[in-house]
Amino acid sequence: MRPLIPFAGIALFVVAWHVVVITTGAPLVPTPGQAALAIGELAQKGLLFKYVVASLFRVTWGYLLALVVAVPMGVMLGMSPLAQSALNPYLQILRPISPLAWIPIAILWFGVGDLSAVFLIFLSSFFPLALAAMQAVQSVEPVHLASGRNFGLSRLQLLRHVVFPAVLPQLIVGMRIALGIAWLVVVAAEMIAVNSGLGFLIVDARNAGNRYDLVVAGMVLIGAIGVVLDLMMRRLERFDFVRWGYAEP
Amino acid sequence: MTKVAFSGINMRFASTEVLKDINLDVREGEFVCILGPSGCGKSTLLNIVGGFVQPTSGEVTIDGERVTGPDPRRIFVFQERGVFPWLNVEENIGFGLFRLTDEEKRRRIAHYIQLVGLPGFEKAYPRELSGGMKQRLEVARALAVNPDVLYLDEPFGALDSITRLQMRRELLRIWQTEKKTILFVTHDIDESVQLADRVVVMSQRPATIRAIVDVDIPHPRDLSAPRYIKIRDRLFGEIGLAHQV
Repeated sequence: MRPLIPFAGIALFVVAWHVVVITTGAPLVPTPGQAALAIGELAQKGLLFKYVVASLFRVTWGYLLALVVAVPMGVMLGMSPLAQSALNPYLQILRPISPLAWIPIAILWFGVGDLSAVFLIFLSSFFPLALAAMQAVQSVEPVHLASGRNFGLSRLQLLRHVVFPAVLPQLIVGMRIALGIAWLVVVAAEMIAVNSGLGFLIVDARNAGNRYDLVVAGMVLIGAIGVVLDLMMRRLERFDFVRWGYAEP
Repeated sequence: MTKVAFSGINMRFASTEVLKDINLDVREGEFVCILGPSGCGKSTLLNIVGGFVQPTSGEVTIDGERVTGPDPRRIFVFQERGVFPWLNVEENIGFGLFRLTDEEKRRRIAHYIQLVGLPGFEKAYPRELSGGMKQRLEVARALAVNPDVLYLDEPFGALDSITRLQMRRELLRIWQTEKKTILFVTHDIDESVQLADRVVVMSQRPATIRAIVDVDIPHPRDLSAPRYIKIRDRLFGEIGLAHQV
């Protein structure tokens, strides 16, 4: 019975949604059925697949670029107190600035289009990833580093065989949070005159004739894909070489 | 023959004097316990000989060679906290064996799993082991690289008293078969009398060597023999404790 409870909750929500829309008679807000029909309409026009792929494509590139730049940088900051005291203030100052605030600068640098969108997603996941990597490195047990050195490991071997496996559990949590943020920002990123993607769908549906059923369809799709992405990242936490880092359930 | 020689070791942290003029020779194959009250600096002394900390003045030599850093010929065993939680038992024991061929590596891993009594747990991860098993695993990992000296820093401190007694017996058995020089830090008077050839008694901070007591009782030691009790009482006296609670 227990595993069915979340589904029951969703069903209850859909029913409540339907009832509220019908009783208040809000003219533009779609019922769940209308939103579902809108998704069907997207699929029929061949836009559903196209938009989902376009959004995932931008998020994947922005996120992977952030991963490649932020993780080594965070590790370096975590290992070198000197680098940390020099660069950490920048990180702390840039971090609270919403990626949305970067939109004008993104357009200035990368023009209107895909590149700007990828840049915004890159920015949104860069800071959480860099900080997660830095903090993970700082919390490596000194005893493990000492053991590694005792067995005669070089600096590079120590990084590969002690620091890397030691930071993985915390890093994966950081990666999961960062991917969530990257997906969150996709709508804003796609407001910059791209002509595909779920974010574009939402902006476009409102501009082109108040199609709020399509707006809500886009929201539902974004939510559902977000859940799938999170579940995929959670699977990483089950591997034996990282499971030690999480409290046993 | 002298294996490890401390000469004129002084150690200060900022304005705190921790160790004061420590001179000690440890013979090859000898089991030496360094006994002292908590916080007296005996762990610092072990970290100095282990090469993790440089003394303020003085030097440690091993086989006449000055210690400048950690070295795989002498392995430091932390309480059980030193085992790598991301590696299973086999992989932990094989950790220091990266210079060996796969064949030799396999042989050593099998040998030390047997020696410390962990057969059947080859694929187990440390989180699935008890405290005592993790401790044996760390000892096995240290022995696998065939060091000539082992440093043990209160290795059994976190174990329950029954497991602790068993671990002492195991350690003595391993010491007798593998013929290592062992430096063992403890604050437990009984532990030192049960294990050591010689007990080095440290004073309160700044720590000096207060006495060096020979424990001339053959193994296995009878814990109620008059000789055992006499040495234990002497150590109680040296530490400055009345033998009463």
